[in-house]
Amino acid sequence: MASEQNGAGPQEALLEIRDLKTHFALEEGTVRAVDGVDLDVRRRQVVGVVGESGCGKSMTAMSIMRLIPPPGQIVDGEIRFHRPFDDRSDASDIVDIAQFESNSRELRDIRGNQISMVFQEPMTALSPVRTVGKQITEAILLHQEVNKSEARDIAIETLARVKMPNPEQRFDDYPFQLSGGMRQRAVIAMALACRPQLLIADEPTTALDVTTEAQILDLMRELQAESDMSILYITHNLGVVAEMAEDVVVMYLGKVVERTDVDSIFYNPKHPYTRGLLNSIPRLEDVLQDKREKLNAIEGMVPSPYQRLQGCSFHPRCPDFMPGVCDEAEPQLIQLEEGHAVRCHLYT
Amino acid sequence: MTVYIIQRVMRMIPLLFLLSLIAFLIIQLPPGDYLTEHINALRASGRDVDEAEVERLMKQYALDRPMHVQYLTWIQNILFKGSFGQSFQWGRPVNEVIGDKMALTFLLAILTTAFVWTVSVPIGIYVSVRQYTFTDYLFTMIGFVGLAVPGFLLAMVVMYFSFAWFGLKVGGLFSPAFELEPWSIAKFQNMLTRIWVPVLILGIGGTAHIIRIMRATMLDELRKQYVTVARSKGLSEFAVLMNYPVRIAINPLISSLGFLLPWIISGGTVVEIVLNLPTAAVVLYRALLSQDMFLAGSFILLVGTLALVGSLLADIALAALDPRIRFGSVEEM
Repeated sequence: MASEQNGAGPQEALLEIRDLKTHFALEEGTVRAVDGVDLDVRRRQVVGVVGESGCGKSMTAMSIMRLIPPPGQIVDGEIRFHRPFDDRSDASDIVDIAQFESNSRELRDIRGNQISMVFQEPMTALSPVRTVGKQITEAILLHQEVNKSEARDIAIETLARVKMPNPEQRFDDYPFQLSGGMRQRAVIAMALACRPQLLIADEPTTALDVTTEAQILDLMRELQAESDMSILYITHNLGVVAEMAEDVVVMYLGKVVERTDVDSIFYNPKHPYTRGLLNSIPRLEDVLQDKREKLNAIEGMVPSPYQRLQGCSFHPRCPDFMPGVCDEAEPQLIQLEEGHAVRCHLYT
Repeated sequence: MTVYIIQRVMRMIPLLFLLSLIAFLIIQLPPGDYLTEHINALRASGRDVDEAEVERLMKQYALDRPMHVQYLTWIQNILFKGSFGQSFQWGRPVNEVIGDKMALTFLLAILTTAFVWTVSVPIGIYVSVRQYTFTDYLFTMIGFVGLAVPGFLLAMVVMYFSFAWFGLKVGGLFSPAFELEPWSIAKFQNMLTRIWVPVLILGIGGTAHIIRIMRATMLDELRKQYVTVARSKGLSEFAVLMNYPVRIAINPLISSLGFLLPWIISGGTVVEIVLNLPTAAVVLYRALLSQDMFLAGSFILLVGTLALVGSLLADIALAALDPRIRFGSVEEM
């Protein structure tokens, strides 16, 4: 499925996720947080992952980092990471992150070094009792062969790259002395310190106000452009996706329901769920012309995570529900055209 | 930091004054005083009382004067002459009686804490990362048994079995041969061979307590996002634990360090009496029984002062460890 991505040669692939399943065996039943996800990130590409809360987008990210909270477990699938060699050429060897022992040496070599992550809450992402500088240099000292003062220089340089004002002074500050936006800059600097190939950003701007959000998004785009970095950008905000991503993956209940480039998502959405999501965004012209009083919402609720639906998991809420079809067989991800895949019976 | 320490020390002065007042009031609360009791006892037994001597003591401690004059005389003697007065019961100056008792109590408190911490902090950390496993339940159970069994009972059980099985008398801090000897290296060594018994017995209750505190605060911290962030940097699990959640979870324990001494004195008295230890708690207990007012008052004053100094040191240590206190920020993080 991956090789048909828009003209992407296999040598350009960075991350290929195949049929990833991350399940939580709880007393109440098994929660299939990630249930057969296929996802590709090419080099220097920004991929957006969208979906409602609980659709498994964060757990997909945590699976890549292998930081799934217990009792969650990867039960099946592959996370193939094309690990570049140190000479920074495009040559790479392929490792399956899903196969590593948790907290193994190889895994920790990749974490924070070649793949790093920016989390949702900048307020709680940093330990309150250690300086910002200490928390950044930690990763540098771990993954690079430098001494403390060199690590300090790298950290200050990285803080400058993320446009932290007065990076040298901020280096010795504690997190609570920084504003929310500055903290998120510090967290991004921490993730970028070792110049990763892949940055996973899990709703990095959700907790920030709109002005700061815009600044951080600009910053991430700039950083991505100036370095050879790919970004897997996880968000529930379609506006952010439009601004950031080249490819978009829409997830619903642990499955990818649509996957295409950013233009097709907005101008040619295929899956009823994607259409519903887009429909729920109020349009400025409608509001100005008083055409619409209420927000459009997708009917119904996300079903209980313990429930296993027969057929398509979206069928109870789907406006195009076809009885006898959608509630019977599970749809497969169908390739509609070059680079546009959808999981829906409407297209079979 | 300096400003913080100065402020903190300044705040201690009114507290110390209050403490001295309370200590004085406590020793004045029971009706009568040691001197009157003593004279009455002598008279009752038909013996002669040296009026001149009584007169002299009354004068020296201003016992015939109003309460506030008595207080001022008492506190002046302490502050300017370093004299805590006369212990009537022991017939010696309080300073002499208190000296090595206090030192022993201090030593006992430090050793007990060292024992409690070295045992329970690692266990607390371990069970917090293995929550709801067999080990967690096992240590919880052992901990609660330790918490539930009174120390004096444990002391008696230990004394009985060590005598019955090994023929050892574990009571007291010294072998009979060293009991009345002056301090020497040999006496100190002799004490070290015996002090572990009270340390163990006094420590067991505290161990369970600290394990529970450590486990609870660790569980709170482990859920925080910065722990996941630390893991995402590629740190080993041990480094993650030590540098992140433990660094914060240890703080409530540090702040409780100041109350060590009062804890040993009030909590350990019964154990110390059972084990026949020459510690401050036992002396204080007897002094209170016999209305030996200067001895009891001095003890209360000293223990209170040490508790205040202890909590001052704990606060300074905490400020050194936690920048939020140092910078006077109380922001919830």
